[in-house]
Amino acid sequence: MENLTEDQQSIVAMVRDFATTALAPHAGEWDEAKHFPVDVLAEAGTLGMGGIYVAEDYGGSGMTRTDAVLIFEELAAADPSIAAYISIHNMVAWMVDAFGNDTQRAAWLPGLTAMTDLGSYCLTEPGVGSDAAALSTRAVRDGDHYVINGTKQFISGAGSSALYIVMARTQDNGSHGITAIVVPDGTPGLSFGAEEKKMGWRAQPTRQVVFEDVRVPVTNRLGREGDGFTIAMKGLNGGRVNIGACSLGGGRAAFDKSVAYLKERQAFGGPLIKQQHLLFELADMDTELETARTMLLRAAAALETGDPDTVKLCAMAKRVATDAGFHVANQALQLHGGYGYLSEYGLEKIVRDLRVHQILEGSNEIMRLIVGRLAVED
Amino acid sequence: MKIVVLIKQVPDTADERTLDPATGWLNRDAGDNIVDEINERALETALRVKDGDKSTEVVVLAMGPEEAAKAIRKALSMGADSGIHILDGSLAGADAARTAAVLAAALKGAGADVIVAGNESTDGRGGVVPAMVAEHLGLPLVGSLASLELAPGKVSGERQGESGTLSVSAALPAVVTVTERSAEARFPNFKGILTAKRKPVATLSLSDLDVPATPAHTVIVSHSERPARTAGTKIVDEGNAGTLLADYLVENRLV
Ligand SMILES: Cc1cc2nc3c(=O)[nH]c(=O)nc-3n(C[C@@H](O)[C@H](O)[C@H](O)COP(=O)(O)OP(=O)(O)OC[C@H]3O[C@@H](n4cnc5c(N)ncnc54)[C@H](O)[C@@H]3O)c2cc1C
Ligand SMILES: Cc1cc2nc3c(=O)[nH]c(=O)nc-3n(C[C@H](O)[C@H](O)[C@H](O)COP(=O)(O)OP(=O)(O)OC[C@H]3O[C@@H](n4cnc5c(N)ncnc54)[C@H](O)[C@@H]3O)c2cc1C
Repeated sequence: MENLTEDQQSIVAMVRDFATTALAPHAGEWDEAKHFPVDVLAEAGTLGMGGIYVAEDYGGSGMTRTDAVLIFEELAAADPSIAAYISIHNMVAWMVDAFGNDTQRAAWLPGLTAMTDLGSYCLTEPGVGSDAAALSTRAVRDGDHYVINGTKQFISGAGSSALYIVMARTQDNGSHGITAIVVPDGTPGLSFGAEEKKMGWRAQPTRQVVFEDVRVPVTNRLGREGDGFTIAMKGLNGGRVNIGACSLGGGRAAFDKSVAYLKERQAFGGPLIKQQHLLFELADMDTELETARTMLLRAAAALETGDPDTVKLCAMAKRVATDAGFHVANQALQLHGGYGYLSEYGLEKIVRDLRVHQILEGSNEIMRLIVGRLAVED
Repeated sequence: MKIVVLIKQVPDTADERTLDPATGWLNRDAGDNIVDEINERALETALRVKDGDKSTEVVVLAMGPEEAAKAIRKALSMGADSGIHILDGSLAGADAARTAAVLAAALKGAGADVIVAGNESTDGRGGVVPAMVAEHLGLPLVGSLASLELAPGKVSGERQGESGTLSVSAALPAVVTVTERSAEARFPNFKGILTAKRKPVATLSLSDLDVPATPAHTVIVSHSERPARTAGTKIVDEGNAGTLLADYLVENRLV
């Protein structure tokens, strides 16, 4: 790819090497067995993938958001499900790094950056998704502790994570009454629902997280009381770019498979690639992916420099990239004919995995809501 | 302990490799050039010693064109401490004897306790450079090890042969070579990649080394392309496929 620094080229080469040897050969099997490969995540941790844009003092890699986009694209080209989990984990690690005090950073970052401790982000509730500011999980102050009650829904990594960042209500004033609290695994009163059966993302668990009189010290709070919603949204800005990069990687893998397949598949007296309609289809797919890449890199640069348009650019990039990734993967399946529908060819898994990227970390409708509101704002 | 690892930059075996028709030399511009995988394994051996004892110093030494700096950088990103690059236009086309003489000259002042190399490169495949280096330096060669252990003052390891396994050892300093059965190389981590640039690399030309300017003793007289692959042998099962298959394997020494 053009415009990459020498370091970035080495980073991409290493991640591609890792992804093609440690992820790709097992992706199908993990999907089928619903296996969450925590050992492989720990290996990724030794390479620096647990805190890609976390400061270096407690084990982070101190790299840029642009580096993160490049990394997630490569990981997802091998396995979108694992790449996406690593992206969520990085969002959690970054929230601790960015909003934790030094005691908290020293306590939690070494394990998170090594990925020997996994992290989960707990915002959504059974009755509240897109309208996250209406969440009802409650944290009540009791001396030096918070007592948390409520249920979080669709939590990635739940049951395997060591740390849960929970957005809980401490006051009844909408988004300003939400506080971010870190709940370690094993805290009495913390339990998990059954593993959800899902269309994709099967190599990582999604479960309810249930809080019944969960007591954690007040010192587990990130930032101040009432900062929780802002912290959650700031985490999501980066999360959206990363999940978009995961869609780009999955889409690219599907595209590459299609190019190879159409060159090889014979019909109507020659390789299918000779059909101009199919060639045009590939051209559109490639263009969609490059558009997504451009948007992602622009949003990543905005995050890095603190551009005033960051929120807008992240929302746009998330929508464009996750739509492009899914559309390209689905189209790639079509181009493979009946074979695309067989698991063996690896396309239907990409389609299943990328589908949810259009729904989570703020659905693509919510991305439009954000962009639209900003466009008409005075 | 100070360990010097000999690394050679070679064309990626994943790409098609061709010879320059005029010189018979390998066409190095045809594809990606990378650190020979066998040398990454040699480096891994050294890095494992360093993992256990942080005071271990690992130096990589490469003779090769400008581009070999990339191979050195990769080795530094994996964890080597410093590099030595022998870069001199007059070394283009050096044969194994010349390569070994030059490497040995660079090693003379290096004070290595152990020199680790690959048993043979994936391009030249001479499998002789390390032995020649050992000869120049008057050191024992402990060659073709599938596994090894480096302890202060001593190297020991196992060499696998067709009929058995040899346990070998030697006092240090020594030259050691490893086979593709030795430990798989690690990936460089992000920190390693980002700090590699800051590690020292000494670039030496022939004038920095005490080595006589001898011409290559060997020259390539002619070469030919490998004949195109022919269709494989097909065994049709008429009730005796098992026997035919076994015969074929034995005849071609494949078992
Ligand atoms: C196409 C081709 C034709 C050749 N023709 C001839 C020929 O006709 N006559 C001839 O004598 N040689 C010839 N060579 C070999 C010569 O150029 C070798 O590449 C070079 O001398 C090293 O030998 P080798 O690769 O066989 O090393 P090997 O002895 O197989 O290497 C073993 C180990 O020694 C170390 N090592 C080897 N070279 C270096 C290096 N440059 N820098 C650092 N470490 C190193 C590495 O650790 C390596 O794993 C040819 C090579 C090629 C590719
Ligand atoms: C596999 C998986 C993993 C997940 N992981 C996590 C996690 O780790 N942590 C976490 O907190 N959450 C997680 N989620 C939850 C996810 O973020 C939510 O599902 C998402 O935000 C949508 O919320 P909802 O499901 O409640 O849908 P709803 O908010 O009920 O929306 C239903 C539909 O209405 C649309 N809609 C809603 N409001 C509007 C509006 N104002 N205008 C236009 N359209 C609108 C939505 O786009 C959607 O299409 C995960 C979800 C899944 C499926």
